[in-house]
Amino acid sequence: MKDTIILGIETSCDETSAAVVVNGRQVLSNVISSQVDLHAEYGGVVPEIASRKHVELILPVIDNALKEAGVSLEEVDAVAVTYGPGLVGALLVGVAAAKALAFSLNKPLIRVNHIEGHIAANYITHPDLEPPYVCLVASGGHSHIVHIASYTEFRVLGRTRDDAAGEAFDKIARVLGLGYPGGPAIERAAKAGNPEAFRFPRVKFADAPYDFSFSGLKTAVINMVHQLQQKGEPLPVEDICASFQQAVADVLVEHTIGAAKELKTDTICIAGGVAANSLLREYMSKKAREEHIRVLYPQLKLCTDNAAMIASAGYYALKNGCTADWRLNAVPSLRIGESG
Amino acid sequence: MVEKYLTGSEEETFNLGVQLARKLGPGTAVSLEGDLGAGKTALVKGIAKGLGVRDTITSPTFTIVNSYEGDVTLHHFDVYRIDDPEELYEIGWEEYFNPNDVCVVEWGDRVSQMLPPGALRIRILRDETQPDKRTILVERQDQE
Repeated sequence: MKDTIILGIETSCDETSAAVVVNGRQVLSNVISSQVDLHAEYGGVVPEIASRKHVELILPVIDNALKEAGVSLEEVDAVAVTYGPGLVGALLVGVAAAKALAFSLNKPLIRVNHIEGHIAANYITHPDLEPPYVCLVASGGHSHIVHIASYTEFRVLGRTRDDAAGEAFDKIARVLGLGYPGGPAIERAAKAGNPEAFRFPRVKFADAPYDFSFSGLKTAVINMVHQLQQKGEPLPVEDICASFQQAVADVLVEHTIGAAKELKTDTICIAGGVAANSLLREYMSKKAREEHIRVLYPQLKLCTDNAAMIASAGYYALKNGCTADWRLNAVPSLRIGESG
Repeated sequence: MVEKYLTGSEEETFNLGVQLARKLGPGTAVSLEGDLGAGKTALVKGIAKGLGVRDTITSPTFTIVNSYEGDVTLHHFDVYRIDDPEELYEIGWEEYFNPNDVCVVEWGDRVSQMLPPGALRIRILRDETQPDKRTILVERQDQE
């Protein structure tokens, strides 16, 4: 059978990325703007959230991705693009570029949900992975437990009711003065701390056992920090980080394993930026092993926003006959399972 | 004129939001100010309920803005990550502030020059000695 070459495009937030992926699994290139030295080319630092940045970067990034892959535009079989969720201005740049390319090449256009893309990152790292399985997708913007029944069927089993898991890390890091991004900073500080020093709340909902809430945990940590500061006592930063991180990991792991057991699946995947947290990965693996469930996660580069995962998800959408027409628009608050 | 409310729990802050929503007609913009963990999102959840939104309100910190359909459309912003107010033009800021929709902007004090005249200012203040108590000040900006 002939190989299917997909050009993936991702511009949902801060990163401009393009990738060339063969048959949904083999990455020929995966260019992310922050790794390309384009500042010099364009003269100076560009604002963090400007969609103008995407406009300036999108063509050079696509060019680099094709060049690195050694693939010409004519050899591309389809163009896959993130159309939500994300920032509307940012998404529109990728969507417009993908539409223009697909139209001019007379090739299929495929729309990809960003979160479903994160899940697909696991197909790249684990060639033997096939549905069904349960995936925890957690990042600065998302916290979901998803059942992947087939390559194109997604059902949300649990989601956050307030803050995303990664966001809680960022906000606690800010309160403790550890800087941004919060995930790696807290993980570093937590290494020297005692995870049982403080008992922070773990929230459960009776009506939705796999839903999350991290707002109460955030407030509990902040209240404790304020009280210590008022008394003029030194902050046990390491212990706070370790105890906070353990509270987040406990909830993520317990809910994900609960969902996997209910669905009788033998595989759990982790995806998104929080999958880069080594405590979470180790703790999930340890707890899952007790239930004879294996735990998979993508390699580090594929945990952050990237276009290879979009091309992978796009490949399976194409196989399933899901292509978009020229009316495709950005959907900033797109939900999982709505791509159809 | 400043209206002052006291709440003793997250639930009371939520309920105040439901109550305040009745005063937010189409076209209202709200600047919502308060420290991390003060209860800004809890108040917005209440406002959304009061506006007839059925979706779960989640934090917009990452995406800058989330939009919800209710009796009116609610745009919920978090501009904490905005360093330069001009960046808001890049996300289509002006499109959101129209006569039909309600906009609530968390950390609105960071971008005060970008808010439309007549925006409502809501400030949530902590009580340093009682961690669950909040003072909530509602103030209509001078219209000039």
